[in-house]
Amino acid sequence: MAEKEKMQVPVMADLVAEGKKPDYLFWVGCAGAFDDRYKKVTRAFASILNHMGIDYAVLGTEETCTGDPARRAGNEMLFQMQALQLIELFEGYEIKKIITICPHCYNVFKNEYPELGGNYEVISYVDFLDQALANGSLKPDLEKYKGIRITFHDPCYLARANDIVDAPRNILNLLGGEIVEMERNRYYALCCGAGGGQMFKEAEKGDKEVFIERTEEALKTDPRVIASACPFCMVMLTDGIKYKNREEDVKNYDIAELIALALGSNQ
Amino acid sequence: MIENFVFSLLLILAVLLFTKNVRRIAQNILMGKKAGINDQKPRRWKTMARVAIGQSKMGSRPISAVLHIFVYVGFIVINIEMLEILIDGVFGTHRILAFLGAIYPVLISMFEILALLVILACVFFLTRRNLVKVPRFWNREMTTWPRSDANIILVTEILLMSSILVMNAADGLLQERGHTYYAAMGTFLVSDMMQPWFAGMSEGALINLERATWWFHIVGVFIFLNYIPYSKHFHIFLSFPNVWYSKLGPLGKMDNMPAITNEVKMMLDPSGAQDMPAEGEEDIGQFGAKEATDLTWKHLMDAYTCTECGRCTSSCPANITGKKLSPRKVVMDVRDRMEEIGKLVGKKGKDATDGNSLFDRITDEELWACTTCNACTHECPVNIDPLVVILELRRYLVMEKASAPGEINTTFSNIENNGAPWQFSHEDRMEWAEK
Repeated sequence: MAEKEKMQVPVMADLVAEGKKPDYLFWVGCAGAFDDRYKKVTRAFASILNHMGIDYAVLGTEETCTGDPARRAGNEMLFQMQALQLIELFEGYEIKKIITICPHCYNVFKNEYPELGGNYEVISYVDFLDQALANGSLKPDLEKYKGIRITFHDPCYLARANDIVDAPRNILNLLGGEIVEMERNRYYALCCGAGGGQMFKEAEKGDKEVFIERTEEALKTDPRVIASACPFCMVMLTDGIKYKNREEDVKNYDIAELIALALGSNQ
Repeated sequence: MIENFVFSLLLILAVLLFTKNVRRIAQNILMGKKAGINDQKPRRWKTMARVAIGQSKMGSRPISAVLHIFVYVGFIVINIEMLEILIDGVFGTHRILAFLGAIYPVLISMFEILALLVILACVFFLTRRNLVKVPRFWNREMTTWPRSDANIILVTEILLMSSILVMNAADGLLQERGHTYYAAMGTFLVSDMMQPWFAGMSEGALINLERATWWFHIVGVFIFLNYIPYSKHFHIFLSFPNVWYSKLGPLGKMDNMPAITNEVKMMLDPSGAQDMPAEGEEDIGQFGAKEATDLTWKHLMDAYTCTECGRCTSSCPANITGKKLSPRKVVMDVRDRMEEIGKLVGKKGKDATDGNSLFDRITDEELWACTTCNACTHECPVNIDPLVVILELRRYLVMEKASAPGEINTTFSNIENNGAPWQFSHEDRMEWAEK
């Protein structure tokens, strides 16, 4: 791997101190900040934003958990503590538009913060990228994935939870890969096994781990790439590929990474 | 004359008993908390038209979808013939709708074709359940009663439909033989082909057969009508309102707990909380659900609407991989618990308790296996929401009992202390940009 350089990433507090008001808040999310694998996705997406010259900023060290995992694990008190503090922070920065790379953060901002007084235009990076490709503001190398078999794992919180099923496929189609669908896809996709707090605990006793079941289903399509669009799915599928000893011939990439690689602007 | 009297008596009895049963279920459902679902009416009607009347969510499993359409359309259309039977029964007429003339045999033929399709579908269904043993009909919660219930329904439907066909065949033969009471009305498509089976019978025997099948059918319907409220088959009534009242927004949205908002605002800013609306000053009561009656009436209606098809469970990632969680079981547990509570309240009065709760039926292990993936809610053909029950029970476990799995508690304290579910420091949040 090539030596990585420090990226230029605008931070909200700095910009606001300079009297600037960026168009977008890029919400990185906990996995995007702390999970070693997903940090690369964060870099990839930030590099795309830089490449496009988008006026954005991240919260940096001011970012915190949206409270989503707490809410889904039953701790409404903790969820609302996090949410109300964040809403106050956003208010201070007069944030209007939020782009997220985590479907769980996307869902909670978009669907659950309004009831607590937090109203924003919440944009999933998948929709954002889909639009950027469609309107030509991103011009990736369309030969890059020619003939490469790619299967897409739908994150629950994009597909079923929020009806985002076409955008990731539009992106993959445009990138020119050979898309092969798993048996359970789109609204019927099988969960990776990490939602609802499962990411942070051992699974209950059963015959099998969910991520293995899902990875096996993905491998049945004989892919070179298993694409996903969620940090938790990424962790689960990466583990699954490892478990099946297929790290050599099957790679797991996030949609943002595939685009960044095709732009030649990644990492 | 005596026949009409007996019939009318049976009819009144059947209707009264059915009303009583429906009221029992309604009372049970209304023991749930308020839900205040009354918004977006045009959208609700449209959803009901599409999902309940139009069966739009059945199509994902085409075989059962087609078979189910036969039974569903059959049930609705053949009810027109029920009307005729009821009038004939009360007033002692014979095939009162025959005044329709040439349309009548067409109408009856249509009913007959549907009856045949219903029989076919039910035979297929019985085969799938008992011989092919489609897995979702054999999960842990599909104990003797749920399996028998399904079989009773299917066999009854076969018997009810067969009796119509036999009755029409006998009637047709009597018409051919020029019996004065059985005036010629034209050919009934399906039963016409069955006539040779009974052609050897005498006129008297045919009349007896026609009468016997007529009575068998109508008494069967009366009995079945009063069986349904004790059965999963109640979905034929509740599916429509249940879809009307179902969640319209994105599946990913969880219900808010306004009671907590004020608490939290008070914690964050003790001075500001006084401006809050008065609702926060009420007794905020218990968090989450311990008992079926802690759920809203809509969630209880969900439970009574469930027809135990198991699409939810067969798409649940936890269940697919052998965990104990089954969304169908959760819904059935709520219903069975409501039946229990209903009986208890009926016997001992409104505030009676037996010391039990939903947690005597649903274990923590089941609840913590859920990934909140919404596969179950997405699958349900009648928009039942098993997930909300799971989440409400989790809320109770965490906020009232403080009994979450250890790792979940660690996650909570990480979020509280570090602002992330993992034990990392705020300071490192920009590391991804460093190198």
